Amino acid sequence: MTKAGNKSCINLKLKVWRQKGPDVKGRFETYKARDVSTNMSFLEMLDVVNEEMILSGKDPIAFDHDCREGICGACGTMVNGRAHGPEKGTTLCQLHMRHFSNGDTVIIEPWRSRAFKVVKDLVLDRSVFDKIIQAGGYISVNTGGAPDGNAIPVPQESAEKAMDAAACIGCGACVAACPNASAMLFVGAKVSQFTLLPQGLPEAKKRALAMIGKMDELGFGNCTNETECEKECPKEISIENIARMNREFLKAGLS
Amino acid sequence: MLDLVVIDGKARGIIARNLVSGELEKHAADAVVLASGGYGNAFYLSTNAMGSNISAAFASYRKGASFANPCFVQIHPTCIPVHGTYQSKLTLMSESLRNDGRVWVPRSPEDRRPPDQIPETERDYYLEEKYPRFGNLVPRDVASRRAKVQCDMGKGVGGTRLAVYLDLKDAIEKDGRDVIARKYGNLFEMYEKITAQDPYETPMMIYPAVHYTMGGLWVDYNLMSTIPGLFVLGEANFSDHGANRLGASALMQGLADGYFIIPYSIGDYLAKSSHDTAREDHSAFNESSLQVETRIKKLLSIGGKRTVDDFHRELGHILWENCGMTRKEKDLKKAKKLIADLRAEFWENVLVGGTGKGFNQSLEKAGRVADFLQFGELMVMDALERKESCGCHFNEDFQTDEHEALRDDENFCHVSAWEYRGEGSKPKFHKEPLEFENVELTQRSYK
Repeated sequence: MTKAGNKSCINLKLKVWRQKGPDVKGRFETYKARDVSTNMSFLEMLDVVNEEMILSGKDPIAFDHDCREGICGACGTMVNGRAHGPEKGTTLCQLHMRHFSNGDTVIIEPWRSRAFKVVKDLVLDRSVFDKIIQAGGYISVNTGGAPDGNAIPVPQESAEKAMDAAACIGCGACVAACPNASAMLFVGAKVSQFTLLPQGLPEAKKRALAMIGKMDELGFGNCTNETECEKECPKEISIENIARMNREFLKAGLS
Repeated sequence: MLDLVVIDGKARGIIARNLVSGELEKHAADAVVLASGGYGNAFYLSTNAMGSNISAAFASYRKGASFANPCFVQIHPTCIPVHGTYQSKLTLMSESLRNDGRVWVPRSPEDRRPPDQIPETERDYYLEEKYPRFGNLVPRDVASRRAKVQCDMGKGVGGTRLAVYLDLKDAIEKDGRDVIARKYGNLFEMYEKITAQDPYETPMMIYPAVHYTMGGLWVDYNLMSTIPGLFVLGEANFSDHGANRLGASALMQGLADGYFIIPYSIGDYLAKSSHDTAREDHSAFNESSLQVETRIKKLLSIGGKRTVDDFHRELGHILWENCGMTRKEKDLKKAKKLIADLRAEFWENVLVGGTGKGFNQSLEKAGRVADFLQFGELMVMDALERKESCGCHFNEDFQTDEHEALRDDENFCHVSAWEYRGEGSKPKFHKEPLEFENVELTQRSYK
């Protein structure tokens, strides 16, 4: 392992998916990334490659990013077939080049799913996730004044589980990792974070039906327990949330 | 958002560029609410998200909304240090770490030993020594400045020597690893991902970084700017934090502005003003749209030799060195000239690839950096005007014998609001006096 402050550098061959727009055919192109500091993040490596491309008059690689600290959900590509790259529980912006070796070939491509359209290169239109949230991923209660802390008892375990589910950043890695391009880990997390807490219960039934209905309508696949989503989720959301969502859906359908 | 549309002196809509299609969009409205965040990214490196920018607020400034206290910038003491020129952002390690962590550097600038080989007696716990009552919990601006002083003395640690230790060893020994892991486990994980060092085993290294901007568009108690109908919320306005934001109060402001104030004050505005229905085909929309289009074409046509990021990095460096944690008259004057020169060069030598049609991230950045450059001049102008040290604005020319901030309440107990007077003219300076009815102004002391 390299230590921070170490000036070691590596050279890489990048095979990057280039696609001018949603209706244009894309293809892989090969680039060289030279003198990549192992302290760089993956996106900083792309920044450097892009700077060179701009200076030589080429179209830089478009990729999504924003917070660069793993909490906004904007970034994410497949890296050598793995969503967000090889490190467990890590978003692409938090993946550092010390996990690559000199001479490696790195294949970079966007999430592949019928529901996510490519905007350009590695940038996707993930507004379908927003549509699922709009269908029911909220609590429509006017909060009013703040109640006393102990007025609504919440068991510690429920609070922890709701918090773990709420760690979902909506990046879409679960969809990309799933052979069925299913969004059930995402929807499961969103349903769970509310269902586990008393404030979410009054609308639980409506929420489960509406969000799952929307998910199906938008063209996401079904869950067949491959568990790839859980393995690749940068926030390590458990598939327990999918089971909880299924229970909620069943309950809502029966009552 | 690239422009604010003002009709008969009132904010009546915006011009936006659709980032995907590249089309300019006109949106007419009865009022405009800006909640577009702060200007920390003027410094290039900050804890802000990469997309954060000042363009919406600054377009409003150019349309007449006064900009208040632009020189007030909070620099947070506990961030992961810079490690290379390619660095794109700085990551905040939560302030809470200072509850259990002890900040130190080696006593001797020559000491290059790894931290575990430096005995207690040769460590300088400078915050605990200087501020025995507050210790490691002194306010952010003080902790940041003290870290800078230590590094300026050559006592910084790590590869760049621009870092200090934040050591949780004593807390781990006292409370046990499990307790510390429950409190800070996620932060330690994040730290290890970025630095490849394990904070359970070796002290963390931290250095201050730009984090929050207290200045912003001037607003009244109803959150309305100097342009009627333009409301500004959250970090984009100047209102709540004075010269030095306190921990967690940005969240408070987000909630207060969005939940408790604007729903009522905007209703009040709408009820009291008579409006013709604003229409997108009004000539003001066409004029604004044309101006925006001209600027985009200009940016694309320059075809120079330096990338947008290159300019942005240089601007950030100028601001960080001369208008950062500590300021001096001499440096500020130098920065003023450097930024003006850099801005002039930008408009002649920037290289923005691609076209205005469709998705173009270089073009997005170019517009933002153009605004940051112009804003940088305003920030420095404001810092120069405020001839005192006040909160996060620490001017070395105004300090006590103990090197603490020396305010001048006689002459500077006011908000500085700047009104745009067109390109090339000095903005008009307005003073809003600060009136304190229930508290008496005193010198801060953490001894």
